[in-house]
Amino acid sequence: MEQKEILSLKRTATNIRKGILKATCSAGSGHPGGSLSITDIMTYLYFKEMNIDPKDPQNPDRDRFIMSKGHCAPVLYSTLAERGFFPKEDLITLRKTSSYLEGHPNMKSTPGVDMSTGSLAQGLSTAIGMALAGKIDNKNYRVFVGMGDGELEEGLVWEAAMAAAHYKLDNLICFVDYNGLQIDGKITEVMNPEPIADKFIAFGWYVQSIDAHDFEQIEKAVENAKKQKGKPNMIVAHSTKGKGVSFMENQAGWHGVAPKPDECERGLAELDAYLASLDKEEQ
Amino acid sequence: MAGNIATRAAYGEALAEFGADERIVVLDADLSKSTKTDVFQKKYPDRHFNMGIAEANMMCTAAGLASCGKIVFASSFAIFAAGRAFEMVRNSICYPEFNVKIGATHAGISVGEDGASHQMIEDIALMRSIPNMSVISPCDAASARFAVKAAIEKQGPVYLRFGRLAVPQIYDKNATFEFGKGVQLKEGSDVSIIANGLMVQYALEAAKILEEQNISARVIDIHTIKPIDRDIIIKAAKETGCIVTAEEHTVVGGFGSAVAEVVCSEYPVPVKMVGIEDQFGKSGNPYELLELYGLTAKNIAAKAIEAMQML
Repeated sequence: MEQKEILSLKRTATNIRKGILKATCSAGSGHPGGSLSITDIMTYLYFKEMNIDPKDPQNPDRDRFIMSKGHCAPVLYSTLAERGFFPKEDLITLRKTSSYLEGHPNMKSTPGVDMSTGSLAQGLSTAIGMALAGKIDNKNYRVFVGMGDGELEEGLVWEAAMAAAHYKLDNLICFVDYNGLQIDGKITEVMNPEPIADKFIAFGWYVQSIDAHDFEQIEKAVENAKKQKGKPNMIVAHSTKGKGVSFMENQAGWHGVAPKPDECERGLAELDAYLASLDKEEQ
Repeated sequence: MAGNIATRAAYGEALAEFGADERIVVLDADLSKSTKTDVFQKKYPDRHFNMGIAEANMMCTAAGLASCGKIVFASSFAIFAAGRAFEMVRNSICYPEFNVKIGATHAGISVGEDGASHQMIEDIALMRSIPNMSVISPCDAASARFAVKAAIEKQGPVYLRFGRLAVPQIYDKNATFEFGKGVQLKEGSDVSIIANGLMVQYALEAAKILEEQNISARVIDIHTIKPIDRDIIIKAAKETGCIVTAEEHTVVGGFGSAVAEVVCSEYPVPVKMVGIEDQFGKSGNPYELLELYGLTAKNIAAKAIEAMQML
């Protein structure tokens, strides 16, 4: 990947992060921590990889993305808005009674949302159906899924993992946002889902491990996944919860707590400073 | 009894009959020989998928398929389809309003010998409580065939309730039905018996028992529990003055409750309910169990008289 493209993706990701802060701050609730940790993956998928058109969000041949950890709606909405599915100004209506931006993704109300999610593990499971439909109809679209590491504690994940391998759904590419934290603390202390990669290997998946904040690694893993035949793909993406906002990084407390206005300002200032540094780097 | 057909058998036959539609995909959870989706599988093997003993995943997979334009029948025993996978049905199927049809067999106490763990007597209550969901509970082969056809034609999620036990034919093979419309099987003026599923045959028998006592009982089959036929219920309340409901299901929140909701808000008259009285079933011969839990013509007739005495 060229340096210029990396800078462009970093800039987009930073703008998406700003949207996450503004939306959750305005809502007074929501989930910024896990939204910030999966932002770079979302940026890569929506701005480099996926075959999508904001003007034709229902195209049957499009690639799909399912936010299986539906509480990370803020990053999904901010990404979709940044990509042009709806106005960025609307992000601050998140969770409001009159808004089309539900606390958890609602495909019926929000353009670009491919599946309603919120109840953990169901997103991965619905992705099986989408991928299977693609196989039945001989279509070339791919189904991407964003999952949480805590989400792996749900039993349904493993029902789905079995089915995806059984039906050889190589058109399925999943990411586990492996930030190591869930609401009650460290995943290894609450209910240890590790070893994550080994579990999916045992279930018959093609598994890769990457740094979730390195665009070149994301690209390499996705390109590699697209070449695999006969196995579903899992990309275990080691990430930092709250990535990009210093006081939110690696804090379980920011899983489901919105920044207060002064905290939001501090976070936005950090992100703006980062944008300025990217400009400098480009020059 | 000779000539009796289980509604689950009619379900499998109907899936195969209407299965030419390329949009139809059938999922099963390792019970295809019991749910009878194997009949469809033999005819259309490329559109039948066994999802293994994993009902929760089956329901969400059905939702994903439906999001890509498929009409999906997802089948299992009612206890697993409506019970184990309830939240998947609610959040992944009904909330996005997908074209998923849940073919739930082995509903009710007439499952028999398998006992309480497999006797689903709460599914009507659970399924009818979910927004966007339609519920059909046919009483025989002809109405089961209609239920499948109606489910294909109806946009959105539908719960289809079928039984294990072979039951007599109430309707002619060529009878016509309308989604959301009840059927008056017998005219009557003193009391109305409103039934569904397996209880329809006993409602007709109860009317005969009452006739011997000079009581004229109207008998209505309500196959579509949701949306329920409000008109036929209100008309029955007005014209006969009291009602007995009969269902192979708990009386808590089920079909009787659905009828009572209409009656008490539109035209309050006494409503007595025949159903399972807030208790679990047990193992046994299906007919003996129906007797044990009061799901009989005799009990319906007795409740009819009680309802009339309240006037």
